[in-house]
Amino acid sequence: MRQEILDILRKNSRISDEELAIMLDTDVESVKAVIKDMEDKGIITGYKTLIDWEKAEENVVTAYIEVRVTPQRGQGFDKVAERIYQYPQVTACSLMSGGFDLFVVVEGKTMKEVALFVAEKLATIDSVLSTSTHFVLKNYKDNGVIFSRARKDEREAVVL
Amino acid sequence: MNIKDRIKSHILDTPPSGIRKYFDLINEMKDAISLGIGEPDFETPWTIREEGIYSLEKGKTFYSSNAGFIELREEIAKYMARKYNLSYDPASEILVTVGGSEAIDIALRTFAGSGDEVIIPEPSFVAYKGCVMFCGATPVPLELKAEHRFRIQPEQLEECITDRTVAVIIAYPNNPTGATMDYEDYARIVEVLRDKDIIVISDELYAELNYKGKHVSIAQFPEMKGKTIVINGFSKAFAMTGWRIGFACGHPDALEQMKKIHQYAIMCSPTTAQFAAIEALRNGEPEVRRMVDEYNKRRRVMHDGFNKLGLDCFEPFGAFYCFPDIRSTGLSSDEFCERLLIEEKVLTVPGNAFGACGEGFVRATYATSIENIREALVRIARFVERVR
Ligand SMILES: Cc1ncc(COP(=O)(O)O)c(C=O)c1O
Repeated sequence: MRQEILDILRKNSRISDEELAIMLDTDVESVKAVIKDMEDKGIITGYKTLIDWEKAEENVVTAYIEVRVTPQRGQGFDKVAERIYQYPQVTACSLMSGGFDLFVVVEGKTMKEVALFVAEKLATIDSVLSTSTHFVLKNYKDNGVIFSRARKDEREAVVL
Repeated sequence: MNIKDRIKSHILDTPPSGIRKYFDLINEMKDAISLGIGEPDFETPWTIREEGIYSLEKGKTFYSSNAGFIELREEIAKYMARKYNLSYDPASEILVTVGGSEAIDIALRTFAGSGDEVIIPEPSFVAYKGCVMFCGATPVPLELKAEHRFRIQPEQLEECITDRTVAVIIAYPNNPTGATMDYEDYARIVEVLRDKDIIVISDELYAELNYKGKHVSIAQFPEMKGKTIVINGFSKAFAMTGWRIGFACGHPDALEQMKKIHQYAIMCSPTTAQFAAIEALRNGEPEVRRMVDEYNKRRRVMHDGFNKLGLDCFEPFGAFYCFPDIRSTGLSSDEFCERLLIEEKVLTVPGNAFGACGEGFVRATYATSIENIREALVRIARFVERVR
């Protein structure tokens, strides 16, 4: 049931336990227990909302930053990652294979704010060798959801 | 000349579908929720659409052979073997048609004519009766019962059979009831049909949409295979309604004649759709599973919702329909649907549109978003409370 609950929640975390129980043909208590267990174990780490900021007319600038670092003896990349992901501006941080080491997502109100953060905070960390910043201009699809296209029911009346 | 006088009486006498008038009403409404349309609300999976587009880009715009591209028939043969354990020869036992609809029509035209009777278990998909009448044959309704969860009972079948019976239509998972038949259910009616010279037209369009166990085809019974025309397609399983593609499988002598009608009336199925269908069978499976899982959740929400409202509904394990009993409201099916549409803007289809014995029931489809289902249930609850 775990997998099934996760499949539903990752698409809609606002769904009620009651409805989950109906959908999965089980009872509310079991659903609650499984979710609680996954929260306790850190399998479910939070519940967020997908927002099209452009439509909300809020200023949110997102940048994807490739960071190259020198790993530190005994600690590999973890130490430097930790120094980076503690900043609240950093919304995601991953260790990557390939041409660079850390992939860092930074959010801010303006491009300038983000650029300054990179220049002043990220680039100045000792083991950071270089950064390369890419600003998001438009989101087409995020977390499996297509943003730009309003879906309307175009099915016509047909006899069947 | 009055042109109407020239029209054949068996065409004039075929009643138009009872579903129509509600659709005219809903078209003028804002914020209406339709639980009326019997087609997937999913778009065709992208990988399938892309293959259709690619074929056009490549300029593949010619007729295929009458029976359909051999590559497609080979994929269909593999699919039927893989999924339903049925083996058909792609060269002589499979015909690609313009939807299951065409397959139903040409199968009936091949086996039924004036003076013949065709047994149609009702409530049923609306096209069967019309197609039988167009052949000049007589549709004989077999009245399915809610207490049997709308499965065919051998006694009922026995009662409907006469010397003039040429064919029986069997259609599970069922439109409009959502009923399915298990192996044992089939075994009991195979007893009746085994020694009779009656053709079975098995409409299995909803075979993939089975939420409990595996789909069973009556053709899986060796004694039935040779006299069963299995009809299947892509519309429901792969969300490909508008592409107009389906297929029929059966005995080569039967298929040869069906192909003759097909070749003179249709030529061949749309080739863009055929290319897309090849991709559907090769790589569409995960997408089908995704859609089926989604329908299954909606199914449970809707089924649970109707029963909580006191509109008794047996659990439908197939297709994408619930068929609740609305008699506790004191309304007829027509009154229920018309008032529900006008007062609460929710479209359902009266059960009697699918045959007289559907009276007292309505068809609601869960081929719509869970949000719509939720909202529709709230509105139906309000309505039911008011009329009771
Ligand atoms: C039971 C049944 N058979 C056949 C069809 C026809 O499907 P198509 O012609 O799109 O393959 C439908 C469509 O609603 C149906 O419900």
